[in-house]
Parts: sequence; structure tokens; C-alpha cells
Amino acid sequence: MNTVAAIAKRRKLYKANIPQLLQGNEACAYGALAVGCMFFAGYPITPSTEIAEILARNLPRVGGHFIQMEDVIASIAAVIGASVAGAKAMTATSGPGFSLMQENLGYAYMAEVPCVVIDVQRGGPSTGLPTKVSQADTMQAKWGTHGDYNPIVLAPSSVKECFDLTVKAFNLSEYYRSPVIILSDEVLGHMREVVKLPDPGELEIKTVKTPVEPPEWYKHFEITPDYLSPMASFGHGYRFHLTGLTHDEYGFPTAKREEIHQKLEKLRLKIARHIDDISDVLVDQMDDAHIMIFAYGSSARAAKQAIDMARKRRFKVGLVQPRTLWPFPDKIVRKQLENVDMVLVPELNQGQIIGEIRRLSDRHIKVVGLNRFDGELITPQQIVDKLKEERP
Amino acid sequence: MEQKSNITHEYLRHHKKFPNVWCPGCGIGIAMGAMIRAIDDLGLARDDVAIVSGIGCTARIPVYLDFNTLHTTHGRPLAFATGVKMANQKLKVIVISGDGDLLAIGGNHFIHAARRNMDITCILVNNYIYGMTGGQYSPTTPFSKIGTTAPYGMVEQAFDPVALGKSAGATFIARGTVYHASQLSRLMAQAISKKGFSLVEVISNCHTQYGRLNREGSAVKMIMWQKEHSVSVTAAEKMTPEQLEGKFVTGVLHDMEKPEYLEEYQKIIDRVSIVTEEQEEEKSVAEAGPGDKD
Repeated sequence: MNTVAAIAKRRKLYKANIPQLLQGNEACAYGALAVGCMFFAGYPITPSTEIAEILARNLPRVGGHFIQMEDVIASIAAVIGASVAGAKAMTATSGPGFSLMQENLGYAYMAEVPCVVIDVQRGGPSTGLPTKVSQADTMQAKWGTHGDYNPIVLAPSSVKECFDLTVKAFNLSEYYRSPVIILSDEVLGHMREVVKLPDPGELEIKTVKTPVEPPEWYKHFEITPDYLSPMASFGHGYRFHLTGLTHDEYGFPTAKREEIHQKLEKLRLKIARHIDDISDVLVDQMDDAHIMIFAYGSSARAAKQAIDMARKRRFKVGLVQPRTLWPFPDKIVRKQLENVDMVLVPELNQGQIIGEIRRLSDRHIKVVGLNRFDGELITPQQIVDKLKEERP
Repeated sequence: MEQKSNITHEYLRHHKKFPNVWCPGCGIGIAMGAMIRAIDDLGLARDDVAIVSGIGCTARIPVYLDFNTLHTTHGRPLAFATGVKMANQKLKVIVISGDGDLLAIGGNHFIHAARRNMDITCILVNNYIYGMTGGQYSPTTPFSKIGTTAPYGMVEQAFDPVALGKSAGATFIARGTVYHASQLSRLMAQAISKKGFSLVEVISNCHTQYGRLNREGSAVKMIMWQKEHSVSVTAAEKMTPEQLEGKFVTGVLHDMEKPEYLEEYQKIIDRVSIVTEEQEEEKSVAEAGPGDKD
């Protein structure tokens, strides 16, 4: 669906190349439309609902489909079903809904079905704080489903990044045949910023590799040198089987030890072997820095301003901002840790990603968390104060 | 009959590792055969059929069949099927699963799929028990019957899938048994042909779990029970409620017309679809026709 006519239609869905005031949720929706999302199934939940509303209005305008399902579990199920039948598909939710999606996210991972899930995070646990910000789903995104699991998780920090990372999420999802999760949050979702969105025709769009061999030779989960298998869709002559049971290269359930091992290794390696291509980390003012601020999502915004403030007070501080949270960009972070003796990790939770920094840090590096979980953002001043406290 | 049996073989995946998972004498194989014959009788191309299932004994059917097959998570086949159908409307989407999968964990999806009236066929194989996990009671286990989790008898009331489907809005409902295999096949063909949400309840036997726990005997005895306790819809019309006590009615039980979801959605697409400049040009050229002959 990247024909000239399809792009000409998408061009009419939003204004490209002119400055405009947009919410993060709007930017996510437009990003999805721009990259060719043709199916959205969702269930209303604050603070993600605007994404569903915008797609309900716009998907039929380009010949796509929107459906509001009976619950959140059904939403992700329908998204996976649509993807199996050949549509680029997405859903959006928030913490409680994201918890409900975990089983089927595991299914999408196991059956290698591309799909995108936007989690506009709110305070938890449980019903928590529906209208307030949090980054407390960081670990749920990584470990939410049962079994070994290597999802791709992206973390935007601005309205523009909401658009860009939604486009990227679809591209990664298609290319790696894997679910991709976007961890937005309540502030990003509802905050308005002036942005200039690119034209749909200018975007780099990746689609899943399709089989070139005749159906009788086709293996839906073929082990290839790069661990990425071509993917056929239902209704095009390749009559394959999909299951959440551990399966062989054809997709048929297996109990053979070597086939079980091979499948699970394939799932791990298809992400691990491509981690350099997947990883997207912004590094700022780290050349002379002794202190690293490791921040993602909304907290990275505060960190950026805090660094300018702290540098005026002669703190040699820089920012490392992972836009891909998972798989964790070990190599890049390890390199940035080489020249620092302190890392500050501001997070809107009780300390989640900080564990990864501790894992990668030598003993001489002091790793300090700055945690806020009262439904408000961390302010730049709080970060500067914390630096002063730790480095008087 | 013999020729018909061979037809089922043609639709099996021969490179799949047989034997199958079902106990000898299980009714699920008969239900599967009936579905294959229905698809064959309708002359549907294999590429145009998607079979979707959940978890359980019945839900293992798709893996053996040479169609587009999707074995999903527990209770969710109707939700997956909704996405499949919307993304590729050329596909005939058939959900086949058990009573536990579709009515307990998947009960919400069941009633909403019926309400929505999307063109999906749902085949519910009802054996009154959770077979795969070892005989626990299901939402259709009759009152006072035994399950491993109802060792002193069932104290809950059972769902009637037909009544549930009807009140939720299904536009076509039929009930058959694995004893009446050729009738079952015809009912399934009618359901698949129906534009809208169609439901076929298949009364089946689980002699390994339900039959053993409730002392209902062998597979043959349980299938004969179906013969003895079923009443065709035409015969039932002439019977009193007292006479129908303890029996179940088979045949087409409900058939009505309602706007189908995807046809209605298509009307919206046709109404709001963006028309690009190129399309407008093409349209105006087409409307102008081949030109005047003067």
C-alpha cells in the first residue's frame, strides 16, 4: 500500500511541512497514518483515547478500518489477526490495558506477527492515576509477558518524536516481524508543541520481506542467516499455520528438543544480532562530561534543560537519551560510561531502568537515581539540586 | 459415504506430524470432517478460507487442515478472527473451538461478535467439559453433573449457547450432533453461506473425561445418547414442553436478516474516502464518455 495513489491520499490527512500546534497523541496517530497503518482496534482508556478517536475518523478516509473492541484483550487480538491477514496494524492503551495485552503480545512475539502498541503511560499500579504522568511501565514493557521475551520498545520525549518513533515502530515491526511498543506518557500525549511533520512521500518505509519461493517450498518461520523469515499473509496462496505453541519452521507445534531450542534461539538472535541497527540513542555534550544523565521519555526533556543550567555552574555533565529502551543499548551506554564517574538516572518511577545502568557500571562509578512518582514531572531544577547534593 | 470420507483426506496437511491429539472415539474428528465437507460442498477455494481457533481439544483442529490456519490464545479466536476478516474480506473466516474456550474465557468476545454481526461463522463444539486439562466443569456442564472441579456435582447453571447467541444478536443459529454427521455438514454449509454472524453448536462426546466421570459409558454409547435425546426442529414444533424435557432440538433454529458490519463499514468508506486529484481527473474523463460523435 505504498502506491502513488495511497500516498496521495495520506497526504490529505494532515498538514505537512508547516509549523502547527499538536498533541503527542495526535502526532502518534498521524505518524501511523503517514506510514500506512490500515487497521486499528482499541478500547477507550485515558490518556490514550485521542489516538483511537483520530484513527476512527481518518482510517476509513484512506480505505482502512477502525474498530472499537469489547475489551483490551480483544483489541490486541484483532490487531494481530489483521496483521496476519496483511494489514499494518496498531492499538493504543495505557497501563491497565497494557497489562491485559501481555498474553497476546507474547503470542505476537512467538508467532512473529508485526504489530505496534502505544502505551500512553499513567500512574500505577492498578487504576492508579488515570490523568497523571508516569514512566512506571518501563519494566512491564520488557518483562510483561511470560517466558523469555525480547521486545523492541521505543521512548519518545517530544511531540515530534511521537510522530517519528511511531513511523520507526512500524518499520522495525515489519522488518523484524515483531511487536514494537511505544512508551509515551500522559504529559507527552496531551502536551501541545509546535512541530513540522514530514510529508508521507518523504518517509522511509520498510515493509516485511515477502516470500519469493512457490508456496510448496515456503516455510513461514524459515531459519535464515539473519534470522529474519519472509512473511506471507492469509489469502495469497501460502497456506501456513500459526500457533502460540512452540513450533518448527513450518509453524507446526513441536516437542522435539532441537526444534524448541532452535525456535527460541531464533527469537532471541533476530533481535540480538541486529541490536546495532535497532539501537537509537541520542548523546549530547558527553565529550568532556564526568557526569552522565541517563534519561528517556519525558524525563529527558527536563534533563536537557538541567544540563544547560548545570553547565553554567561548571558541572561537566552530558545526556545519554535512549530512544530505543529495549533491547537495552548496552554497547553504546558502556562506551559512554568509560569517561564518567557518576550517572544520574531521573525516572518517573521508583527506579526501573537504573538497574541496567548499575549492571553496566564498574564499581567506581556512582549511580544515583532521581525518582518521582507523585504524578508530576521531574523539573530541571530538581535535577540540578540533585547534582549539587551528590557533588557539593 | 465412502467417497465423502476421501474428500476429508484431501484437505489434510500430509506433512504434518500425525497422529492427532484426540482420543479414539472423540467426536471432534467428526465435527472436523463435517466442516471439511461443508467447505468442499460450497466449492470454496482453500486460499480463501481461514480457520481460527482458541485453546483446547477442539482448537487443535486447524493445524491438520490445509487452509489459512490460526491457532490463537485461550478464549480469543473470535477477536483474532475479527481482525483477519476486516483486513482481508475475501476470506471466509470460520472459528471452531470448544465450550470452555468460547463461552467461559471467551464469553465476552462471543456475545460481542454476535452483536456486531460481522460475517464470521462460529462453530462451537460442545462436549460439556474441559477435556484437555482433564475434566473440569465448563459453562455448559449440566446442573448436578460431575467434573474434577465439581466432584460433588455441578451447583452452577449451564449456558444454552443457542439462546445466548440468539439474545446476543447472531443472525443464523443451528445445532447439530456428531451422530448426525451429514446433517451437521449441511448446517455448517448453511452457516458459512450466511452473510453475518452465524453460529453452529455441535453436540459432541468426551467419553474420556465427561463420560468417565458421569458414568455415561463408551464413545459409542455417548454418541447413541445424542441420537436418542435430539429432536429435529420440525418434530419439536409438534411437541409439548413436557415432552421436550431433557431433549435438545437440532436443525436451523434461527435465521434472520440484519445489516452486516463490513457492508455497513464499506458504506462509510465509500462516503468519506479521500478523492485525490488524479482520481477526480479519471472520474471526469470517464463521465465525459467516449466523446460526441459530431
